[in-house]
Amino acid sequence: MNALIPVLVAAPLAGAALLLLGGRRLDAFGHWLGVVASTASFVAGAVLFFDMLGRSTADRPVHQHLFSWVPVGGFRADVGFQLDQLSITFVLLITGVGSLIHLYSVGYMAHDERRRRFFGYLNLFLAAMLLLVLADNYLLLYVGWEGVGLASYLLIGFWQHKPSAATAAKKAFLVNRVGDVGLSIAIMLMFTQFGSFAFGPVFGTAHTASEGKLTAIGLMLLLAACGKSAQVPLQSWLGDAMEGPTPVSALIHAATMVTAGVYLITRSAAIFNLAPDAQLVVVCVGAVTLMFGAIVGCAKDDIKKALAGSTMSQIGYMVLAAGLGPIGYAFAIMHLVTHGFFKAGLFLGAGSVMHGMDDEVNMRHYGGLRKYMPVTFVTFGLGYLAIIGFPGLSGFWSKDRIIEAAFAKGGTEGWILGGVALLGAAITAFYMTRVMIMTFFGEKRWQPNAEGHEPHPHESPSVMTLPMVVLAIGSVFAGGLFALNNAFLHWLEPITGHSEGNAPLGSLTISGLTLLCVAVGVAWSWAVYGRQPVPAVAPVGSALTRAARRDLLQDDFNHAVLVRPGEYLTRGLVYGDTKGLDGFVNGLAATIGGLSSRMRRMQNGFVRSYALSMFGGAAVLVATTLLMRSV
Amino acid sequence: MNPVNYLYLSALLFTIGASGVLIRRNAIVLFMCVELMLNAANLALVTFSRLHGNLDGQIIAFFTMVVAAAEVVVGLAIIVSIFRTRHSASVDDTNLMKL
Repeated sequence: MNALIPVLVAAPLAGAALLLLGGRRLDAFGHWLGVVASTASFVAGAVLFFDMLGRSTADRPVHQHLFSWVPVGGFRADVGFQLDQLSITFVLLITGVGSLIHLYSVGYMAHDERRRRFFGYLNLFLAAMLLLVLADNYLLLYVGWEGVGLASYLLIGFWQHKPSAATAAKKAFLVNRVGDVGLSIAIMLMFTQFGSFAFGPVFGTAHTASEGKLTAIGLMLLLAACGKSAQVPLQSWLGDAMEGPTPVSALIHAATMVTAGVYLITRSAAIFNLAPDAQLVVVCVGAVTLMFGAIVGCAKDDIKKALAGSTMSQIGYMVLAAGLGPIGYAFAIMHLVTHGFFKAGLFLGAGSVMHGMDDEVNMRHYGGLRKYMPVTFVTFGLGYLAIIGFPGLSGFWSKDRIIEAAFAKGGTEGWILGGVALLGAAITAFYMTRVMIMTFFGEKRWQPNAEGHEPHPHESPSVMTLPMVVLAIGSVFAGGLFALNNAFLHWLEPITGHSEGNAPLGSLTISGLTLLCVAVGVAWSWAVYGRQPVPAVAPVGSALTRAARRDLLQDDFNHAVLVRPGEYLTRGLVYGDTKGLDGFVNGLAATIGGLSSRMRRMQNGFVRSYALSMFGGAAVLVATTLLMRSV
Repeated sequence: MNPVNYLYLSALLFTIGASGVLIRRNAIVLFMCVELMLNAANLALVTFSRLHGNLDGQIIAFFTMVVAAAEVVVGLAIIVSIFRTRHSASVDDTNLMKL
């Protein structure tokens, strides 16, 4: 049965290779080849999952060593897969949501002449992401980590004829690179400390390292997670990444790749558990991003950017939970999976709306779409109810447990974190209600497009609505299924460990408080956007709104603090190079050149003058000899 | 007679030869001046041989004569061939060896 594990990665990889190298003859059916490759991977994952379910808890993790990648002296880098409860959870999420989005893309990209290439990139992404979660050592994980970064870059910039898309791709790649440096430093630190970067030896001997070392490794891993998961301070790329096609935003920038940071932290639990300082930083990053993303999400009029802010905020919840240690790991992953369902569903819904509205993204130009797109409205609505935590739906079960875990941290920290998480829940309800009302309710504010055509909203084809329906079903039931008898918690407990913490409030009280916050958020949003007509042109707004529209000035900050000084530095270096170094070398050459062109005149061709210089030289020689003798 | 006087004579002859080389233009005269310098050196060698009482200087003088004879052969051949091509024996006309 273990022989199936490499198939998980090999199927999409083969699909990518075929689609990218196969040429035009695959244009006619290439997209279905991509769907088949990803579905094959999902089927293999499901078989492995049921096989794992059949074994006792202790036998569930399996390990498969494929080959030695770099055996040099005492150094060994192996390629091996580790399939345990955590990896299989990710495998099912990635291949499941991935296959649905492949199917959706068949309809969404139907009129794009580069559709085959698009599916090749999507398959490449799946292969890299599966490698990331299946790797049994950090080096192989790093390969997958870079692979998803590459696929993300290629797909954000897929419509490269738009300068904004090309720039957004470059921005995502560069910001991710900062995080990747953190991961590579963490791997080097591990190697110097433990002599290995395989999960087994590193986690087994983690307790032998000093706390300072572990904190350093933890902080570097966090930097990597911040880059990939768009957490403060490396969050600036996610909003621009929405330039990519909508299925990409749903798969990579909502459901799977951006959660890789949470996976990394959870996987490295053995290190973080021994480094409380690093954990504290993780929690702070999560809490700050949670608020940051939520505030940005409230101000954006672009439907995808509003959802991107929401993604950032929800991943903030996950990072917060992962930073709480064994109290929160399982809930971080649980929220990750439920978020994968409802956020992918929301993005696909947004894509369906854009598909029907001539690629209009401004929500102020939507309105009243529920009659025209009933399936999209219902699936989007279920996703909306799930994300705000409507009782009984997925988001309710997972987010509630994270808020409880935040309170269970104990002491003042627990109150602060719990308060932030509650406030975040209220703001989530506010901005999601805003998206919902502006898109599907109210009066029509449709605007003619650039060519003057009035939009004619229509429901998307069934190849697009089917994945939305499946994801909506997941958004409704997944959370409840996971929470039933704490099934998900017991499933992951052998890998991540679990402790209850000491909650100052009862679980029912916290649920009640959460629901109250959500109700306030919804009511407030309805008061602002539901009771009065939404202006088709954005009002000026308060200073906070204006800042939030500019992503809370993150780009201005980066520009002022990093880009501008960098430019000055390079300009200074170039000046020093041209004037200083080049000036010295060029000056030397000019001096020698001038000197020799003067000395050249001595070569006048007359034998007499040569004879004179010989005599002069001989005289000097004799004089020197005599002088030396007399001394 | 004081042998040092021969050294003065040698120096005088060498100086005459050297100034001839530097100021005359005719290649043949130039050549004769070079011979004069060589023979001045020979005279000095023989004088030193006499002064120190050994034969080394006289032997070197013979070597010098042999080398000078060989040099005359080569040199005259060059001068003749230059004269044939340029119809002039002036050394200032052959000033092509310059940048």
